[in-house]
Amino acid sequence: MNQSLTRTFGMRTILVLVFAFLYIPIAVLVALSFNEGGLPTAWSGFSLKWYVSLASNSAILSAALNTLIVALVSTAIATLLGTLLAIGIEMRRQYGKGLEALIFAPMIIPDIVLAIALLSFFSMLNLTMGLHTIIFAHVVFNLAFVCSVVRARLKSFDWSIVEASADLGASALTTFRRVTLPVIAPAVIAGALLAFTLSVDEFIIAFFTAGAGRASTTLPMQIYAMIRFGITPEINALATIVMAVSITALTLSQRLNRGIIGQ
Amino acid sequence: MKYAPSRSSLLMAPALAWLAALMVVPCALVLALAFFRRGIYGGIEYTFTLENFGLVFDPLYAGIFLNSARIAGTATLVAVVIGYAAAYAIAAAPRRWQPVFLFFAVLPFWSNYLIRTYAWIVLLNREGLITQLLRWFGYTGEPPSMLYTEGAVIAGLVYNYLPFVILACYAPLSRLNPELAEASRDLGASAATTFRRVILPLTVPGIAAGAVFVFVLSIGNFVTPALLGGGRFQMIGNLVYDQFLTANDWPFGAALAMALIAIMLLVLMAQALAANRASGHASQAGGDTDG
Repeated sequence: MNQSLTRTFGMRTILVLVFAFLYIPIAVLVALSFNEGGLPTAWSGFSLKWYVSLASNSAILSAALNTLIVALVSTAIATLLGTLLAIGIEMRRQYGKGLEALIFAPMIIPDIVLAIALLSFFSMLNLTMGLHTIIFAHVVFNLAFVCSVVRARLKSFDWSIVEASADLGASALTTFRRVTLPVIAPAVIAGALLAFTLSVDEFIIAFFTAGAGRASTTLPMQIYAMIRFGITPEINALATIVMAVSITALTLSQRLNRGIIGQ
Repeated sequence: MKYAPSRSSLLMAPALAWLAALMVVPCALVLALAFFRRGIYGGIEYTFTLENFGLVFDPLYAGIFLNSARIAGTATLVAVVIGYAAAYAIAAAPRRWQPVFLFFAVLPFWSNYLIRTYAWIVLLNREGLITQLLRWFGYTGEPPSMLYTEGAVIAGLVYNYLPFVILACYAPLSRLNPELAEASRDLGASAATTFRRVILPLTVPGIAAGAVFVFVLSIGNFVTPALLGGGRFQMIGNLVYDQFLTANDWPFGAALAMALIAIMLLVLMAQALAANRASGHASQAGGDTDG
């Protein structure tokens, strides 16, 4: 075998240590969510009671509902706009650096900057803030991520089949529905799953654009408030559920993307 | 060309309008805000001033900037060293295992940031796992205070951003031409020299990309210092937060945010320079093998 990298000083040890570093904190958290005792850090037997108690915590349930609304609506808008944007860009053979920067910006602007910018903007417009303003904000970065996933797929797209479809008399809409969409569908779904997860997990921008009062508290905002209050077994259980949801959605998204690369 | 640019523009228009209205305009607004004066009762007084930027360089706030840079810099250094070692170990593993290792290295990155940070509170608190391990080994003294220290903040930042460094460093390591290292060894270079003179220079772009990512996200971070530093270690992100939500000095907060963006742009430019120089090295090395 042609190995360019020598396996000298305990490569295995490095891998074991790094994976221990990455997984022990999460594993402890998950394990403690099944802990019988009220003490958040000492093991005293297996129990699902903290999951049961979550189900009757109305603050958490309403935060979860808010998060679901924000994530679903912002993902739907971002997927539509991001996909159209990706097709529009890849259609043209050349585009300026400015356009590239504009689409790249939402992915690299520090959250705190976008958060205060939107807060200033909404309050200057005297807009009442709530779930709708969080949605407006989440679409900004979500559409950029959807766009980049779909664009990656379109890089290898053979535009001549679109021409062929048009030459055979199909309308633009039919061509899109029957030719373009089937090709990019896995990327669109992958992008949507990514957007959904980003939105479910996003805290800072939601925190700044949610407005006053508890009515539009999202799950990450609720978790932040609970963490500041102290460690409780309930947070461990909630954290485990949220992690499971994000990891499942993103693994699915990755699968779809890998399918694309494999083709 | 078959596709009229007008149709392409039509497809791009809704997204670009969204970005213009909800990103470009708000960011321009913040930039403008930074040049106004704070009103006596909070609020904004619309008279032009450069005071806010002057205040950024006030020793009190400049200190927080330096502090943030030091914490972010340390986190970057630690993350790059661990991340590079991990990426190297993965790239040296048998081919079929590499995607599996990589997948599991990145997986934690996909869970919620707040939760990953909270996991460290669970570990580091006075009755946490580390204290219990120490007791198990026979330690009987006071529980060590690890939470709410600068070390905790750095550990949290490294933990959160390590997967990206591994990913960024793995890319150039896995693409290395095996013949280069072989040639170096055949010419009598030791493994260490081969690493230092051949492998490391060729993988600088990955290191630079990973380092920039960690540094930029760390220096503007507000969650980790707030949770793991217990509010004792203010970083720029926390300062911006305070100006907008507690001190109610929006113009100064805006100036701080602009300073943050300026630092970010400088770092990105440095990265582009490093990548350029490295690609010069790479083409040199490539030329050597051709000849």
